Amino acid sequence: MTVHQISIFVENKSGTLLHVLDLFKESGIQLIASTISDTVEYGIYRVICSEPKRAYEVLKAAGISASVSEVFAITLDNSPGRAADAVRFITGAGIGISYLYSFLLGGKGILVFRTDDVERTKEVIRAQGLSSIDDEGLMALA
Amino acid sequence: MYLHEKLETLTRSEIEALQWERLQRTLERCMNSPFYRKRFADAHLTLADIRSLDDLQKIPFTTKQDLRDNYPFGLAAVPMSEVVRLHSSSGTTGTPTVILHTQKDLDEWANAVARCLYMVGLRRGDVFQNSSGYGMFTGGLGFQYGAERLGMLTVPAAAGNTKRQIKFIRDFGTTALHAIPSYASRIHEVMEEMGVDPRRDTKLRTLIIGAEPHSEEQRRKIEQMLGVKAYNSFGMSEMCGPGVAFECTEQNGMHIWEDYYIVEIVDPVTLEPVPDGEVGELVLTTINREAMPLLRYRTRDLTRFLPGECPCGRHHRRLDRMKGRSDDMMILKGVNIFPIQIETVLMQFEELGTDYLITLTNEEANDLMTVEVELKDFSDDYARLQALTKEITRQLKDEILLTPLVKLVPKGALPKQEGKAVRVRDLRKTLI
Repeated sequence: MTVHQISIFVENKSGTLLHVLDLFKESGIQLIASTISDTVEYGIYRVICSEPKRAYEVLKAAGISASVSEVFAITLDNSPGRAADAVRFITGAGIGISYLYSFLLGGKGILVFRTDDVERTKEVIRAQGLSSIDDEGLMALA
Repeated sequence: MYLHEKLETLTRSEIEALQWERLQRTLERCMNSPFYRKRFADAHLTLADIRSLDDLQKIPFTTKQDLRDNYPFGLAAVPMSEVVRLHSSSGTTGTPTVILHTQKDLDEWANAVARCLYMVGLRRGDVFQNSSGYGMFTGGLGFQYGAERLGMLTVPAAAGNTKRQIKFIRDFGTTALHAIPSYASRIHEVMEEMGVDPRRDTKLRTLIIGAEPHSEEQRRKIEQMLGVKAYNSFGMSEMCGPGVAFECTEQNGMHIWEDYYIVEIVDPVTLEPVPDGEVGELVLTTINREAMPLLRYRTRDLTRFLPGECPCGRHHRRLDRMKGRSDDMMILKGVNIFPIQIETVLMQFEELGTDYLITLTNEEANDLMTVEVELKDFSDDYARLQALTKEITRQLKDEILLTPLVKLVPKGALPKQEGKAVRVRDLRKTLI
């Protein structure tokens, strides 16, 4: 139901992002999806990639602040409106979404998100029969 | 318990009576110094204007610049033929300064250091090893003569050569060591490399530390590493050297010897006394020195009096750890702020690392302080990061009365520091 995501605390400074990407390149780690968010206070670069645990070790060895967490990932049919349907179930249950990003992979829509209530989100996914995916499933599509 | 029982246990009123008596003699002696004669004349002061301890405040301050301007012998208050020793500061920031001593000055200095060492339990029969630099640096000869005065076998190991220091500690049965805190850590590191266990293989039990700012946590760590009790020492070459203030076995503040010094703590800007217990600049008047008395000397060191009585029975007031130098002070929107105030707040947060940088800017005549601080363990939880930022901001505001912009930054994001850390960047443009 969840995939591993690496969150990297980045400085809002030219070259920081490239440094991270170069480390992945050198270690043969493949990006599947990534998103960067920048507020006045902090920049957070979130990455889904092959071998997340090794990716985390690589970053740690390079002295980069990062953490690994599990985030929800569900697959959607590749047609308009499916994301709205999925989000409606979550929001309709009164669950707050902290952040969300989506991408297409192997002909499937993937929705990655974190909510403020892990247990209830799991219940909703099960009850509504949403099709979720894990690390292996994601790599199989890539 | 006391080396100089009578002097160490004087009551407050007895201390003040002694200070008044010694101040008068000091002032008379100052009139032999060309510098102070002129200083008094310029201020239209005569000795008759000083009728009590409170009148000390009429006398202008003496600064390090005065010592430089009158280098080398302009402050001598005795004929040079009576001077038997001089110590000179390194002069890294300009002209060097010189402090002169008569034989009596040296004796009194040794007595003060001996008093300090006795206070922390050192006795004849102890072996005292001094890892200070010798020569002009007063931590060398100052401790040497004080430790010898107490009757200890005193090893002038001097600075450096850590393996040899450790060999001496083992071969001579050293029981007490004087070292700056960072060097004490270094000695422990080398002991580990050599397979020496300080508890098993040495007789070390007392460590004298000073000269370098350090926190209580650092002290406890060093004590733990070396299996010793570590006592904080305060001194400066202008006041002879070591032996000005020293911790007793309570390890709670340093007793400053008020039979040697009249102690004031003033606001570094207004130069008015600060309320008791508040931080300000330490100002000292020597009242037990012949060759070169100093009146109201601005030490630039920031500290405060610790309130209350010390259970050790000494009424000589206690100074808190030095909180930095008044030269580091920032003035923001008319408020005086010291980097140490900010550091103290930041260090209370477990989530934060030790690196921080304060940047001052001004937009449209509005001063702004930005505090960037390293986040120790990053977790992708925006709400928590925000709450942490908010809490740091709130606590800083409580401390400095201004609201800074707090930025959490990744480890290693702040400029790498070499040597003395730069904590403040002032990028304000003058508007004139």
